[in-house]
Amino acid sequence: MLTVRFFSLIREALDCEELQVEHQETLCTVGDLKQSLVDNGGDHWREALYQPNVVHALNQRVVNTDHELKDGDEVAFFPPMTGG
Amino acid sequence: MSVLVQETPFSVDQQQSLFLASSSGAGLVTFTGYLRDFSAEGGIEALELEHYPGMTERVLEELGAAAVSRFDLRGWRIVHRYGRIGQQDPIVWVGVFADHRHEAFAGCQFIMDTLKTKAPFWKKEFMCDGRVLWVQSKSEDAEREQAWQEGVYE
Repeated sequence: MLTVRFFSLIREALDCEELQVEHQETLCTVGDLKQSLVDNGGDHWREALYQPNVVHALNQRVVNTDHELKDGDEVAFFPPMTGG
Repeated sequence: MSVLVQETPFSVDQQQSLFLASSSGAGLVTFTGYLRDFSAEGGIEALELEHYPGMTERVLEELGAAAVSRFDLRGWRIVHRYGRIGQQDPIVWVGVFADHRHEAFAGCQFIMDTLKTKAPFWKKEFMCDGRVLWVQSKSEDAEREQAWQEGVYE
Protein backbone atom coordinates (compact mmCIF):
# COMPACT_ATOMS: atom_id res chain seq x y z
CA MET A 1 0.00 0.00 0.00
CA LEU A 2 0.96 3.62 -0.52
CA THR A 3 -0.04 6.40 1.85
CA VAL A 4 -0.98 9.60 0.02
CA ARG A 5 -1.28 12.84 1.94
CA PHE A 6 -2.49 16.29 0.95
CA PHE A 7 -1.83 19.60 2.68
CA SER A 8 -3.02 23.20 2.68
CA LEU A 9 -5.13 24.40 -0.23
CA ILE A 10 -4.76 21.08 -2.07
CA ARG A 11 -6.22 19.26 0.96
CA GLU A 12 -9.08 21.75 1.02
CA ALA A 13 -9.69 21.57 -2.75
CA LEU A 14 -9.89 17.78 -2.62
CA ASP A 15 -11.59 17.64 0.79
CA CYS A 16 -9.16 14.83 1.56
CA GLU A 17 -6.27 14.59 4.02
CA GLU A 18 -5.05 11.09 3.34
CA LEU A 19 -5.63 8.08 1.11
CA GLN A 20 -4.39 4.52 1.06
CA VAL A 21 -3.64 3.37 -2.50
CA GLU A 22 -2.73 -0.14 -3.55
CA HIS A 23 0.79 -0.22 -4.99
CA GLN A 24 0.21 -1.72 -8.43
CA GLU A 25 2.99 -2.42 -10.94
CA THR A 26 1.76 0.42 -13.14
CA LEU A 27 2.52 2.92 -10.39
CA CYS A 28 6.26 3.14 -11.00
CA THR A 29 6.84 6.78 -10.14
CA VAL A 30 5.36 9.69 -8.18
CA GLY A 31 4.13 11.04 -11.52
CA ASP A 32 2.34 7.75 -12.28
CA LEU A 33 0.59 7.94 -8.93
CA LYS A 34 -0.42 11.53 -9.57
CA GLN A 35 -1.86 10.66 -12.98
CA SER A 36 -3.69 7.67 -11.49
CA LEU A 37 -5.28 9.88 -8.84
CA VAL A 38 -6.41 12.30 -11.56
CA ASP A 39 -7.71 9.48 -13.78
CA ASN A 40 -9.81 8.18 -10.91
CA GLY A 41 -10.80 11.55 -9.49
CA GLY A 42 -11.60 13.56 -12.62
CA ASP A 43 -11.28 17.24 -13.48
CA HIS A 44 -11.52 18.36 -9.88
CA TRP A 45 -8.39 16.37 -9.02
CA ARG A 46 -6.62 17.44 -12.20
CA GLU A 47 -7.09 21.10 -11.28
CA ALA A 48 -5.75 20.54 -7.77
CA LEU A 49 -2.79 18.30 -8.54
CA TYR A 50 -1.64 19.85 -11.80
CA GLN A 51 -1.78 23.47 -10.70
CA PRO A 52 1.55 25.28 -11.08
CA ASN A 53 4.25 24.80 -8.46
CA VAL A 54 2.76 21.74 -6.73
CA VAL A 55 5.44 20.23 -4.50
CA HIS A 56 5.82 16.43 -4.31
CA ALA A 57 7.32 14.68 -1.29
CA LEU A 58 8.29 11.04 -1.01
CA ASN A 59 8.80 9.73 2.51
CA GLN A 60 8.87 13.34 3.70
CA ARG A 61 11.55 14.53 1.28
CA VAL A 62 10.84 16.79 -1.69
CA VAL A 63 11.33 14.91 -4.98
CA ASN A 64 10.63 15.18 -8.68
CA THR A 65 7.74 13.30 -10.24
CA ASP A 66 10.08 10.77 -11.87
CA HIS A 67 11.16 9.41 -8.48
CA GLU A 68 10.41 5.68 -8.21
CA LEU A 69 7.88 4.28 -5.75
CA LYS A 70 8.01 1.17 -3.62
CA ASP A 71 5.42 -0.50 -1.45
CA GLY A 72 4.97 1.25 1.89
CA ASP A 73 6.00 4.68 0.62
CA GLU A 74 4.34 7.89 1.79
CA VAL A 75 3.70 10.46 -0.93
CA ALA A 76 2.51 13.98 -0.25
CA PHE A 77 1.26 16.81 -2.47
CA PHE A 78 1.26 20.41 -1.30
CA PRO A 79 1.71 24.01 -2.50
CA PRO A 80 4.97 25.97 -2.03
CA MET A 81 5.79 26.43 1.63
CA THR A 82 5.15 29.69 3.49
CA GLY A 83 6.71 29.28 6.92
CA GLY A 84 8.47 31.73 9.19
CA MET B 1 21.06 22.28 18.84
CA SER B 2 17.36 21.72 19.03
CA VAL B 3 14.00 22.08 17.31
CA LEU B 4 10.66 22.71 18.95
CA VAL B 5 7.47 22.70 16.88
CA GLN B 6 4.38 23.24 18.99
CA GLU B 7 0.76 24.34 18.86
CA THR B 8 0.70 26.23 22.13
CA PRO B 9 2.07 29.79 22.39
CA PHE B 10 5.66 30.15 23.61
CA SER B 11 7.50 32.79 25.59
CA VAL B 12 10.46 34.36 23.82
CA ASP B 13 12.17 35.01 27.17
CA GLN B 14 11.76 31.39 28.20
CA GLN B 15 13.07 30.10 24.88
CA GLN B 16 16.12 32.35 25.10
CA SER B 17 16.76 31.21 28.69
CA LEU B 18 16.57 27.57 27.63
CA PHE B 19 18.99 28.27 24.78
CA LEU B 20 21.43 30.13 27.05
CA ALA B 21 21.35 27.19 29.47
CA SER B 22 22.36 24.73 26.77
CA SER B 23 24.71 26.70 24.49
CA SER B 24 27.32 29.42 24.70
CA GLY B 25 29.55 31.54 22.52
CA ALA B 26 30.87 35.07 22.11
CA GLY B 27 28.08 36.19 19.80
CA LEU B 28 24.35 35.52 20.20
CA VAL B 29 21.90 36.52 17.46
CA THR B 30 18.18 35.86 17.75
CA PHE B 31 15.23 36.49 15.49
CA THR B 32 11.56 36.54 16.50
CA GLY B 33 8.82 36.59 13.90
CA TYR B 34 5.38 37.86 14.93
CA LEU B 35 2.04 37.86 13.21
CA ARG B 36 1.82 40.93 10.99
CA ASP B 37 -1.46 42.81 11.23
CA PHE B 38 -1.71 43.74 7.57
CA SER B 39 -1.04 42.45 4.06
CA ALA B 40 -1.66 43.67 0.53
CA GLU B 41 -5.16 42.26 1.01
CA GLY B 42 -5.91 44.39 4.10
CA GLY B 43 -6.01 43.99 7.87
CA ILE B 44 -5.28 40.56 9.37
CA GLU B 45 -7.09 39.36 12.47
CA ALA B 46 -5.44 35.98 12.96
CA LEU B 47 -3.36 33.33 11.27
CA GLU B 48 -3.58 29.56 11.08
CA LEU B 49 -0.43 27.58 10.39
CA GLU B 50 -0.63 24.07 8.99
CA HIS B 51 2.43 21.83 8.91
CA TYR B 52 3.57 18.36 7.92
CA PRO B 53 4.37 16.59 11.21
CA GLY B 54 7.61 14.67 11.06
CA MET B 55 8.87 16.28 7.87
CA THR B 56 8.82 19.69 9.55
CA GLU B 57 11.05 18.61 12.43
CA ARG B 58 13.46 16.76 10.14
CA VAL B 59 13.82 19.71 7.74
CA LEU B 60 14.50 22.08 10.64
CA GLU B 61 17.04 19.68 12.20
CA GLU B 62 18.85 19.41 8.86
CA LEU B 63 18.72 23.18 8.44
CA GLY B 64 20.33 23.74 11.85
CA ALA B 65 23.03 21.17 11.08
CA ALA B 66 23.71 22.84 7.73
CA ALA B 67 24.06 26.21 9.47
CA VAL B 68 26.57 24.74 11.94
CA SER B 69 28.83 23.36 9.24
CA ARG B 70 28.52 26.44 7.02
CA PHE B 71 28.94 29.19 9.64
CA ASP B 72 30.81 27.32 12.35
CA LEU B 73 27.99 27.91 14.85
CA ARG B 74 28.47 26.79 18.44
CA GLY B 75 24.76 26.32 19.02
CA TRP B 76 21.32 26.89 17.55
CA ARG B 77 17.66 26.54 18.47
CA ILE B 78 14.58 26.85 16.26
CA VAL B 79 11.08 27.21 17.73
CA HIS B 80 8.04 27.36 15.43
CA ARG B 81 4.31 27.47 16.14
CA TYR B 82 1.52 25.80 14.27
CA GLY B 83 -2.24 26.10 14.69
CA ARG B 84 -4.11 29.33 15.41
CA ILE B 85 -1.88 32.37 15.96
CA GLY B 86 -3.33 35.51 17.51
CA GLN B 87 -2.14 39.12 17.39
CA GLN B 88 1.10 39.70 19.31
CA ASP B 89 1.89 35.98 19.31
CA PRO B 90 5.40 35.00 18.18
CA ILE B 91 5.33 32.55 15.27
CA VAL B 92 9.00 31.66 15.06
CA TRP B 93 12.10 32.14 17.20
CA VAL B 94 15.64 31.35 16.08
CA GLY B 95 18.77 31.71 18.20
CA VAL B 96 22.36 31.03 17.19
CA PHE B 97 25.68 31.25 19.01
CA ALA B 98 29.00 31.75 17.22
CA ASP B 99 32.46 32.95 18.11
CA HIS B 100 32.19 35.97 15.84
CA ARG B 101 29.38 38.34 14.94
CA HIS B 102 29.52 37.81 11.19
CA GLU B 103 28.94 34.08 11.55
CA ALA B 104 26.19 34.63 14.12
CA PHE B 105 24.29 37.15 11.97
CA ALA B 106 24.76 35.13 8.80
CA GLY B 107 23.83 31.83 10.46
CA CYS B 108 20.58 33.24 11.85
CA GLN B 109 19.64 34.86 8.56
CA PHE B 110 20.48 31.70 6.61
CA ILE B 111 18.19 29.66 8.87
CA MET B 112 15.31 32.12 8.54
CA ASP B 113 15.65 32.64 4.79
CA THR B 114 15.83 28.91 4.15
CA LEU B 115 13.11 27.97 6.62
CA LYS B 116 10.59 30.16 4.81
CA THR B 117 10.72 28.11 1.62
CA LYS B 118 11.95 24.68 2.76
CA ALA B 119 10.10 23.89 6.00
CA PRO B 120 6.61 22.49 5.30
CA PHE B 121 4.41 25.17 6.87
CA TRP B 122 1.47 26.87 5.19
CA LYS B 123 -0.15 30.08 6.41
CA LYS B 124 -3.84 30.89 6.19
CA GLU B 125 -4.84 34.46 7.01
CA PHE B 126 -8.15 35.40 8.61
CA MET B 127 -8.80 38.94 7.39
CA CYS B 128 -10.57 41.62 9.41
CA ASP B 129 -13.25 41.81 6.68
CA GLY B 130 -14.09 38.11 7.13
CA ARG B 131 -12.20 36.68 4.17
CA VAL B 132 -9.95 33.65 4.68
CA LEU B 133 -6.90 33.52 2.39
CA TRP B 134 -4.04 31.07 1.96
CA VAL B 135 -0.76 32.98 1.86
CA GLN B 136 0.97 32.68 -1.51
CA SER B 137 4.69 31.99 -1.65
CA LYS B 138 6.71 35.07 -2.57
CA SER B 139 9.25 35.09 -5.37
CA GLU B 140 11.60 37.25 -3.28
CA ASP B 141 11.69 34.54 -0.58
CA ALA B 142 12.68 31.94 -3.17
CA GLU B 143 15.29 34.34 -4.57
CA ARG B 144 16.82 34.89 -1.12
CA GLU B 145 17.01 31.16 -0.48
CA GLN B 146 18.58 30.65 -3.90
CA ALA B 147 21.10 33.41 -3.18
CA TRP B 148 22.23 31.53 -0.06
CA GLN B 149 22.66 28.39 -2.17
CA GLU B 150 24.83 30.39 -4.56
CA GLY B 151 26.85 31.98 -1.76
CA VAL B 152 25.83 35.52 -2.71
CA TYR B 153 25.75 36.72 0.92
CA GLU B 154 29.19 35.41 1.89
